[in-house]
Amino acid sequence: MSIARSAPPINIRGIAKRFGSVPVLSDLDLDVAPGEFLTLLGPSGSGKTTLLMILAGFVRANAGSIGIGGEEVITKPPHKRNIGMVFQNYALFPHMNVFHNIAFPLKQRRTSAAETAERVEKVLDLVQLQGLADRRVDQLSGGQRQRVALARAIVFEPRIVLMDEPLSALDKGLREHMQIELRSLHRRLGMTTVYVTHDQREAITMSDRIAVMNKGRIEQLDRPETLYASPRTRFVAGFIGESNFIPVECRDGSVWYAGKKVHTASPLPSSGRHWLVVRPEKVRLVADAGLAADAGLVANANMLDATVRDIVYQGDSFICYANLADDQQIALRDYCRSDVLARLPIAGQPVRLRVDAQDAILVADET
Amino acid sequence: MSVRPAEFVSRGVNADALKADARRESLGLLGLCSPGLALVGIIIVLPIGWLFWLSLFDETGQLSGANYARFVEQASYIRTFLTTFEVAFIVTGLCVLIGYPLAYMLSQLPRRAASICLIFVVLPFWTSVLVRTYAWLVILQRKGLVNNWLIDLGLISQPLPLAHNFAGVIIGMTHILLPFLVLPLYASMKAIDADYLRAAMNLGAPPTATFWQVFFPLSLPGLAAGVVIVFILCLGFFVTPALMGGGKVIMWAMRMEQTTSLYSNWGAGSALGVVLLAVTLGLLGLFRRLLGTRAASVWGSQ
Repeated sequence: MSIARSAPPINIRGIAKRFGSVPVLSDLDLDVAPGEFLTLLGPSGSGKTTLLMILAGFVRANAGSIGIGGEEVITKPPHKRNIGMVFQNYALFPHMNVFHNIAFPLKQRRTSAAETAERVEKVLDLVQLQGLADRRVDQLSGGQRQRVALARAIVFEPRIVLMDEPLSALDKGLREHMQIELRSLHRRLGMTTVYVTHDQREAITMSDRIAVMNKGRIEQLDRPETLYASPRTRFVAGFIGESNFIPVECRDGSVWYAGKKVHTASPLPSSGRHWLVVRPEKVRLVADAGLAADAGLVANANMLDATVRDIVYQGDSFICYANLADDQQIALRDYCRSDVLARLPIAGQPVRLRVDAQDAILVADET
Repeated sequence: MSVRPAEFVSRGVNADALKADARRESLGLLGLCSPGLALVGIIIVLPIGWLFWLSLFDETGQLSGANYARFVEQASYIRTFLTTFEVAFIVTGLCVLIGYPLAYMLSQLPRRAASICLIFVVLPFWTSVLVRTYAWLVILQRKGLVNNWLIDLGLISQPLPLAHNFAGVIIGMTHILLPFLVLPLYASMKAIDADYLRAAMNLGAPPTATFWQVFFPLSLPGLAAGVVIVFILCLGFFVTPALMGGGKVIMWAMRMEQTTSLYSNWGAGSALGVVLLAVTLGLLGLFRRLLGTRAASVWGSQ
């Protein structure tokens, strides 16, 4: 099985969809590169599933164009699109066994019995379900059903594979295992994949690129590292990973917080209110002034005075919640190494926090 | 870890008290059930037992199998038997032909429209079978609505024989029994997840293939339930064949009524009842075996 040779790009232009008078998608553009694993990430109601349904042909858009490998498919019925799809609840046919489920798309394509048997066996190998062809669907575990659904979606070597939160029904351990497996399967087969999830960790683990969706628009489309390191909006920063939001003001070509100049690596806007985004693991505890003696670092770092409010122990790490001078809350996360634990402050203790300039990200205030 | 001595495992703290408590609880629950059990005994088990007892005696009060021998000896009994099954098969078949598309339409309608249409399906339930049968008589008889219209339109010159015959029985019974097929079928169709149909289309099945290969097999358990209900109700139907058949179509229940009220032969009537009950239970058992508790697996083997 190799799909890579023929993997086409997807070019989405100006897709709009309203349900009644409620706009779900508005003028959406998106390009998926050949063989790319692209994830649509967003909260429920952000329009990500609707976009997937429009791609598959189950929902008719109000306007727009979908090109698959240069061919316009927006008015094509679903059964002629040749797109594989893995459904959230798998949608395995309960009246057929594993073999007939996987053979279903081949049967529709009038594949000979011999070739069907061969291809089903091959794909069962690929998803590591050898010998389960005769099982009934209700005799399978959640993980096995997931694999059958995947096998059924790729057995006919579709040009594109869509996945609608395929792992959400699995428990945590299995879900993480399947994430790695899906990713390596994608690497081997190289099909253009559009994946929908609301789980940001899953998106970061699996994707080549992530399109963060909010209110029917794509807020940011970037590689996972870029999304995490430099979110462009407050929504993206809040949705991907944990974040502290500190209100700051921009004037005279500088950023100001509580009367102090803020060091940031972000490009400086001219003026107005902004948010400073700081990831909890980028905040460091500075126990006493002596330890911050590294003058080179201190020069380009922000020092903040705070009072510890609470410390939450989480086994591998801890979160320290602290209040800045103006009661602005800030969270700090660190691993429970013995040297860190030895110097752990207690609630009510004044501490000094350090945030390096490259870890202080400036985003616009949208409200 | 050492293995505990056996007596510690079986006789732990409060073991006897807990056992007694469990026994007390099941006795209490049995006590709560007893009024229901008594009622079932008085109104179901007792009369059926009595019926069975009566069927074993001939007209002179002698213990004999004569009442049952009649089923194979007398031509009129065999004819009644065949008529009953003929009517049941035709009515069930017509109910499937009319009811399946109707249930399918209801299941595909938007929720609001579907509930309005469902009211029209259920509405006849609130009218007595007798009234509905007389209504059909008015519509179908020689000078009834249908014949008058057809003659006025010039489509026919002689009235069609629609009532007081076999056709009348079939029309009336099909109308009365249709909801019994539509309701379970509709429920099972509603339970079919739209994602199955989407998956089928996504995998390359055109709409007709999606219907026959996915929707239809998934609706079969509901269809089977409806067919069983309609078929079994047909076997014991009385009012409609009696009024619409014009005395020409004798079904089982009518034969029973004749033997008891016309000829006062309680033994023969009871035997008819016992055989009808046995045939009905036998059919139910057969259907259960055929469909199995896991209907999905039966259809899955094809």
